[in-house]
Amino acid sequence: MSRPKTPYVAPEERAVPDLDSGKYLVMWQGPNHPGITGNMSLRLVIEGDSVVDCETHVGYLHRGFEKLMERRLWMQNFPLVCRIAVPEPDFNEYCYAAALEELAGIEVPDKAVWLRTLSLEMIRLASFLMWIGGQAGAFGHGTIAQWSVTMRDYVLDLFEELSGGRIYHMYIIPGGVRADVPPGFLRHVLETMTVVEQNLKDIELVMFHNAVMKMRAVGLGYIPPDWVDRYGITGPNARAAGFKRDLRKDRGYLAYPRLSFEPVVGAESDAFERARLRLAEMFQGIDLIRQIVDFLPSEGPFRERLPNPLHWKIPAGETYVAAECTRGEYGFYVVSDGGDKPRRVAVRGPSYTHAVSVMERLVRGVNIADVAGLMVSLHTYPPEIER
Amino acid sequence: MRELADMLSGRYGAREWHDQRKDLSSVTVDASKLRDVLTWLRDEAGYAHLAFATAVDEIERKVFRLTYTVHNYGTAHGILVHCEIDRDRPVMESIHRLWGQAWTYQREMREWYGIDFPGSPRVDEEFVLEGWEGPPMMRRDFDSLAYSDATYAERPGRETRDPAAYMKEKLYPEADA
Amino acid sequence: MSDKKGKPVPLANEGLPPGERGLFCDAPPREYAPAAKIVEDFWNWARSQSLWILGFGTGCGAIELRPLMTSRYDMYRFGIQPRPTPRQSSVFVIGGYASVKTLKRIVRSYEQMMGPKFVVALGSCTINGGMYWDSYNTIKRIDQYIPVDVYIAGCMPRPEALLAGFQELKRIIRAGKAEGQNLYARDFERYKANQKRVIKDWNMPDYNW
Repeated sequence: MSRPKTPYVAPEERAVPDLDSGKYLVMWQGPNHPGITGNMSLRLVIEGDSVVDCETHVGYLHRGFEKLMERRLWMQNFPLVCRIAVPEPDFNEYCYAAALEELAGIEVPDKAVWLRTLSLEMIRLASFLMWIGGQAGAFGHGTIAQWSVTMRDYVLDLFEELSGGRIYHMYIIPGGVRADVPPGFLRHVLETMTVVEQNLKDIELVMFHNAVMKMRAVGLGYIPPDWVDRYGITGPNARAAGFKRDLRKDRGYLAYPRLSFEPVVGAESDAFERARLRLAEMFQGIDLIRQIVDFLPSEGPFRERLPNPLHWKIPAGETYVAAECTRGEYGFYVVSDGGDKPRRVAVRGPSYTHAVSVMERLVRGVNIADVAGLMVSLHTYPPEIER
Repeated sequence: MRELADMLSGRYGAREWHDQRKDLSSVTVDASKLRDVLTWLRDEAGYAHLAFATAVDEIERKVFRLTYTVHNYGTAHGILVHCEIDRDRPVMESIHRLWGQAWTYQREMREWYGIDFPGSPRVDEEFVLEGWEGPPMMRRDFDSLAYSDATYAERPGRETRDPAAYMKEKLYPEADA
Repeated sequence: MSDKKGKPVPLANEGLPPGERGLFCDAPPREYAPAAKIVEDFWNWARSQSLWILGFGTGCGAIELRPLMTSRYDMYRFGIQPRPTPRQSSVFVIGGYASVKTLKRIVRSYEQMMGPKFVVALGSCTINGGMYWDSYNTIKRIDQYIPVDVYIAGCMPRPEALLAGFQELKRIIRAGKAEGQNLYARDFERYKANQKRVIKDWNMPDYNW
């Protein structure tokens, strides 16, 4: 399947279909729909088989985190933040902890820095494994989801060993990490990585050399490079369009400057390219985890002593801390007024742009059977849109 | 960074330049100049990526402080551009023509803080809430707990304690007030 | 379903525009009249052996359904499988906190499910609000709005806990004690009043069977 020389790009202005003409059908996809990632809905106007217009509707998972966080002490917020994005809670924890440390002027011990990096890379791998199952499922390959979700479970087992939690780890606390590595943990990490890598090779063989996948994904959801700045696209979606942008390199937070890796960059910017790029990032992630296990210091403290959380007042100030999560730039904007509670915490989730503005324009002209596949290929996750 | 700060203050009267980190600065401009500043930063200074936009309710000073975060990937530097608008008449210029995702943030601020952005697409539609009748809920004077207690039925038998007092009693009995 | 009490009062469908009211069902739900004991026992056994859950991820608990569906925990071996539409499913899994906007869809999906139907609620936030006890947008008790047969506590409940919960549901069904659907029909006015108190723009039919 070859790509068209000039891929179709939907115009910026929305068409205004005459819904009374009998030519169009208004159809809601979601929230009760197995192909939609998470709990959100699309209001599609379709003509025949193709989508003419799309409106996204979010808010089914709105819990009011940002309001709740203003009501809680700095430390009480810490079990709350990880629940903002369910498949990868550690990025929330890291961004929140790093923002607090920056405002309060706390230095994190070196071992905690490495353990944080390990935790972030492991959850990145787990989240990608979840995603690849969804992507394959959206194109009709149920088997790959069976494999990859099981592999993700093995990674979650590592988290359970490390932190005691399967989904919510609450591992990266302000000042360091909550616990040291248990004995034998690093050996388990390496063993699991071997298994996962072997399985990923199988997935690559089955999924990326598959005629159905190629016919459906090649050319689907083309993102022109000039959209990247126009719509604030970040992460693998931007890298697949040829932008070498990776906050792990650009910001150089945690131990990433001390690891050897190069951001994976694509060119074709369609669903197939994005999937291929994410697979390459999974292999890269396995490599990074092996490097981290090599470098991890065996001695030293793993957290800084913090003041009594009841009286912990953080000096007035504001900061914005961003990290590269699987979907792009994940950031926390924290404002302190010098009190024992935050003045304002705002979360910047990458899906905010990908699932709303980009999705609405990208989906126009797409065949209705491909809408779910397109949505998964943007790797959107609704809870971080509405918080 | 110094020349950028001088340029902004010379051209647009920007003030309170503050270097938070080596890759993050913040600056305050007048609300009427905000769109010009953002346009200039986007087109001339290379800050082409709008990370997010949000508002902070400064109820004591009776203003909303709006924050627009722009990022320059070339120099790996970000700027938090602030401006303040009146809390009683919260109207702000829309920047949906500058960035394709800005209207979503404006829609969020419209619903959560009641800040109006005339001309922004779908700005008056409901965003995350449905059938909300209370005041904009992210304002500081909206009490989430009181609303929740008044609206949603509670299961009997739940004990609610003051978290700080309970933590003190259980975990830090030696800590003095 | 047999009609025991004679003809019930038709529902008003007040949320709908007047022109559309006639298009929707105006009959309230009715209680299920069991057959002879031995027949009913057999039916209950059969029902408990094929639980089809509605694939509607209403909260973060949905993330643990995914491992449950796949090969490691594999709920298919217990006769449980996901279905895409409410019309085909018999178990509704409420995956955690329900915001008001989702609650509206939950009520609608629940009413669309064919009987016999059962509800499993996951997580402490469906039981008493859990972590979001002071949130303005999440309800505190799901059983005020739809009847719940089994609660599974935890935040999140592990897949093993989910499997144990489903086993418990099976036990209840086999014993003929899964009364949620009848409870809903019996206390229909109370449930509706509770739902309408929370969902402010009620633009849906009173009962959409």
